[in-house]
Amino acid sequence: MNTTQHLEVKINNMLLRNPVMTASGTFGYGYDFEDFLSLDSLGGIIVKGTTGTERQGNPYPRMAETPSGMLNAVGLQNKGVDYFCNKIYPKLKDKKTNVIVNVSGSTIEEYVEVATKINSLENIPAIELNISCPNVKEGGMAFGTSKEMAFRVVSAVRKAYGKTLIVKLSPNVTNIVEIAKASEDAGADALSLINTLLGMAVDAEKREPLLSTITGGLSGPAVKPVALRCVWQVAKQTKLPLIGIGGIINAQDAIEFILVGATAIQVGTANFINPSITEEIVKGMEEYLQRHNIKHISDIRGII
Amino acid sequence: MEKEQKDVILQVNHLSISENKHPKLMKFCKDFIVVKNETITPTLYILRLQYPQTLPEIKPGQFVEVLVEGEKEAFLRRPISIHDVDKEKNQIALLVQVVGKGTAQLSNIKEGEKLNLIFPLGNGFTIIGNKVLLIGGGCGAAPLLYLLRVLKQQNIQSDILIGCKDINHLFSKTEYQELSNLHVTTEDGSFGEKGFVTAHPILKEDFDTIYCCGPTPMMKAVSDYAKKRNIPCYVSLEHKMACGFGVCLCCVAETNQGNKRTCVTGPIFLSTDLKDF
Repeated sequence: MNTTQHLEVKINNMLLRNPVMTASGTFGYGYDFEDFLSLDSLGGIIVKGTTGTERQGNPYPRMAETPSGMLNAVGLQNKGVDYFCNKIYPKLKDKKTNVIVNVSGSTIEEYVEVATKINSLENIPAIELNISCPNVKEGGMAFGTSKEMAFRVVSAVRKAYGKTLIVKLSPNVTNIVEIAKASEDAGADALSLINTLLGMAVDAEKREPLLSTITGGLSGPAVKPVALRCVWQVAKQTKLPLIGIGGIINAQDAIEFILVGATAIQVGTANFINPSITEEIVKGMEEYLQRHNIKHISDIRGII
Repeated sequence: MEKEQKDVILQVNHLSISENKHPKLMKFCKDFIVVKNETITPTLYILRLQYPQTLPEIKPGQFVEVLVEGEKEAFLRRPISIHDVDKEKNQIALLVQVVGKGTAQLSNIKEGEKLNLIFPLGNGFTIIGNKVLLIGGGCGAAPLLYLLRVLKQQNIQSDILIGCKDINHLFSKTEYQELSNLHVTTEDGSFGEKGFVTAHPILKEDFDTIYCCGPTPMMKAVSDYAKKRNIPCYVSLEHKMACGFGVCLCCVAETNQGNKRTCVTGPIFLSTDLKDF
């Protein structure tokens, strides 16, 4: 039995050679990483959040380092879905990994428009619906913090999008299970969780906030306990495959997410510090299975 | 080449931002060995690092992202500009100022220890002109030494004007003198002219290009001066960044063509391309 078979997983009908993917907004469009690793070694890559039209994002400064993590307030800077389809997709379409587009918007119409255009791209097997971005004034997290709004946007996109629909959930809610169930009822094929936690950082000497937007999204190892709790809670209450995200920096972290019920995982902030970390995590997961004499990664999924 | 022809090329190449103006160099994530950790002042030091293989092509103005180990509050890498490159020895030098816990931890690194770098990053200087002026302020002057080395190789006439607090903060003086005509201003008059760089008489001379690195107010003042004299002026931005290689989108600079990543389109910008300049 070779490496891939031990770690091969399925999200809906999308086959992943291993459960390791890259989180949106931390991996560009993948090709920025090709000096450091082979994209083909990954289960999938989730490219930068894509909106209906070009966005400039928020003013600088957009980043603050915090204990075991960082805050960002990028605000979905991207060139828009048409640019993605015409200029970026041709560079990605022959990659031998799953290239998944993170779909963002301010209105239901915008989400539907982007999803419809991505649906026509043959080699994009899935979208990740971003109803959890904390850094935009309109839309984004507003859709992911109410079960009614989540149901409406996921239903509308479901009608327009035929392939694997992943919904990315926000941790900035009182009851994440409610939003997960609403997304499931609306036709989601999988859930990814968590997006960043809303936070802020202050410069005591200058007596001012460190981000231009005052608040931003917290990521990195600091959020891992929250992410594990969310995945564990949702895994107990829905049947959908889950993709665990939040502070994963090594194979041990990745295994923890599998144990609480994730089928796959995404690595985010760690890509900034070690650009080949995802390949190392794949190797580390394989070693873990060998060391514990486990035949397949799914054998330990959700056992906690 | 005829002077007129060369002037036309100068103008064309100075035209505004283009993501593709600089050919993309391969990036590496590798360990270097510390050869020397040289203290300049209690908060300023030069790290000389040995690469175990042949160094890839590095352009003046490019930077590295340093992994700081042993300081849990330094979660991200530290972006640091490349002070000098010794191609024969496969060594690079980084000038580091202690600004926080990460750079403080880094200042303790000893000879023989390993340091992991992602390099080379950023666009680097566009080298152009027959007679150029380099202006550096404080530790921000770091990238100018390697620039001087490359200018000298290309037989481009240069002057370098360094502004610093006092004589103790003047680093790499011998190297500057070997490679160029060194002019200095100090705040206390302990070396060179007393005062700021913008009042130095060398500025009255004619130059094809100005390269400026230092504190933002100084770069803005030099850029204003260059605009008045109609001299193209390149500045080096030090923006906070999470990755350094183009994916986090945190380090953007506001340019005439929208937000651009300082770590990829910069850190060197033509000052007239920047909205705040």
